[in-house]
Amino acid sequence: MMIKVVSSAALPVTENLMIQKNRIEGAAEPCGKRVCIVTGTHGDELEGQYVCARLAKLLADGRQSLSGVVDIYPALNPLGIDSIIRGFPMFNLDMNRIFPGSASGSLAESTAYDIVKDIEGADICIDIHSSNIFLREIPQVRVNEQSEEALLPYALMLNVDLVWIHAAATVLESTLAYALNACGVKTLVVEMGVGMRITESYCEQLLAGIMNLLREIGMWRGAAGKVRSPEVSKDRSVGFVNSDAAGIFIPRVAHNSVVNAGDVIGSVLDPLTGMTVENAVAPCGGLVFTLREYPVVFGGSLLARIMGALQ
Amino acid sequence: MIKNVVYSIKSPYRRSMDIASYTFGSGEKTCCVVGALRGTEIQQMAVCAQLVDTLRRLEGKGRMAKDGSVTVIPCANYYSMNIGKRFWTMDNTDINRMFPGYNLGETTQRIADGLFNAVKGYTYGVHVTSFYLEGEFLPHAKIMRVGDAAEGAYDSLADFGLPYGLIRTPHPYDTTTLHYNWLVWGCKAFSLFTTYTERTGTRSTQAAVNAVLRFLAARGIIEHSLHKGSHTHIMQEEDMTHIHTASAGVVKNRVSVGHEVNEGDLLCEIIHPLEGYSVERITAPAAGTVFFSYNKQLVMERADVFKLVPF
Ligand SMILES: [Zn+2]
Repeated sequence: MMIKVVSSAALPVTENLMIQKNRIEGAAEPCGKRVCIVTGTHGDELEGQYVCARLAKLLADGRQSLSGVVDIYPALNPLGIDSIIRGFPMFNLDMNRIFPGSASGSLAESTAYDIVKDIEGADICIDIHSSNIFLREIPQVRVNEQSEEALLPYALMLNVDLVWIHAAATVLESTLAYALNACGVKTLVVEMGVGMRITESYCEQLLAGIMNLLREIGMWRGAAGKVRSPEVSKDRSVGFVNSDAAGIFIPRVAHNSVVNAGDVIGSVLDPLTGMTVENAVAPCGGLVFTLREYPVVFGGSLLARIMGALQ
Repeated sequence: MIKNVVYSIKSPYRRSMDIASYTFGSGEKTCCVVGALRGTEIQQMAVCAQLVDTLRRLEGKGRMAKDGSVTVIPCANYYSMNIGKRFWTMDNTDINRMFPGYNLGETTQRIADGLFNAVKGYTYGVHVTSFYLEGEFLPHAKIMRVGDAAEGAYDSLADFGLPYGLIRTPHPYDTTTLHYNWLVWGCKAFSLFTTYTERTGTRSTQAAVNAVLRFLAARGIIEHSLHKGSHTHIMQEEDMTHIHTASAGVVKNRVSVGHEVNEGDLLCEIIHPLEGYSVERITAPAAGTVFFSYNKQLVMERADVFKLVPF
């Protein structure tokens, strides 16, 4: 175990903003490979914290079975995690919109630059997110359609329930995953669970997936359980359920369950009058892979996403 | 003057947020002016409000062209304004990072969609807006280098009669702004930046109102005798000299926006926050006009504290 400071910059009063990583070097015969696990870009997403904690211990204890290097970066936005702030504190910016950063830019941009430079040269990077405080997600890998060919084989190793291949958008060119994929680091974005909470079962599921991936690419000789094969969104429709009314949302289906078209996903109630102001129905049958967790809704709030049948 | 509600969104406990537009003249949709999309953009709203007042009087005196109209939307986010928040009340998203919007999406995507439908189809667009960096600017107009609409409109920057007109090469994160999407849809769109955001400042509000009136007069849509304003220096945004701090602490500015400085002139000093001595003296690397000045007291390392327009 070796703790390294990847980026450091002075804050106004006394302390420094520091991005740290834990480098675990395998004791088995070297293979020259390096895998990076990064999380904590959004300060309110904590599922990755537990994955990092478990992984660091597991690999440190199993160094004899590890070859190559695993770098664990648990907090790309440490001030945000410390203060439950999603964005980069003191900047009105989402940290995942400023990559690849710039050496001569502002503190946020130069921190982003330091992070990319440090990861550059790695074979694979896994960037763990956990939705936000509003929505709960089943463990999934999100892949930009442009990098589907390069990434799908690795996404299938990660023991997730779903691989969502989404359309490219220019705005996403400023994410960490885009910047890393552009410089040759195969980067997989994992979304799972919900903001401000840790879902232990999901973390264990992804951990098993990471160990499986390490074994598949020849870095891990220890045990790794059997992994599930995920649904792949390709050629499937995704149904969105949004509220039109405002009030409190009470779900009527379980997260990660299968529904039929027309089923009531949940109700929106007006606590002042006691009336049900909306019964939100499923636009298609399929798996409820996203379900609203935060009860207060406005007109337009996302309530659920459903992975439909093959088209 | 015709007042309309261009879009409404529901909240659990507040009356619906109704976005109001004011239209003057009739016939061809000549120009649309949009103000505050963020809850802190008080000056931006004030500029539009004063514009509404002036246009109403001009229309009353018959000084609007017969075949053209101007629409002004002073504020599209008073929910956030009334609770002192910059971004959206519930999920902290930025409406100006949601364009062109999505009518079946999340709340701020729907607001962006509703607003964009209302502001589409005008020949010219002006967004009175604020920058993500906190500080004071010399008032200026800006256009992004996007497609054919922008190509033919660079010279029109001078019609605002402000000292500077900037041409910006867009970053990926710019692609979801109102300005960018207006250009993509073929509208000759500009952003107008005032000196302040959260305070109004009578002179700087009037300067921005006059700039829009000059622009409208140049299009022949209003008849208004107004002094010509300044000669506009049109430049590429990247030609501006950026000045960063090398250390952190409490900043004492020695110059402010509009000052002309010579090479070597003291711009600011950074004082040790606990021990009071000067840790850094930042001087002008070349002669120029102070275009931007950071206006908070505490400063981090690598912060943008000044931008100069070189002579
Ligand atoms: Zn995230």
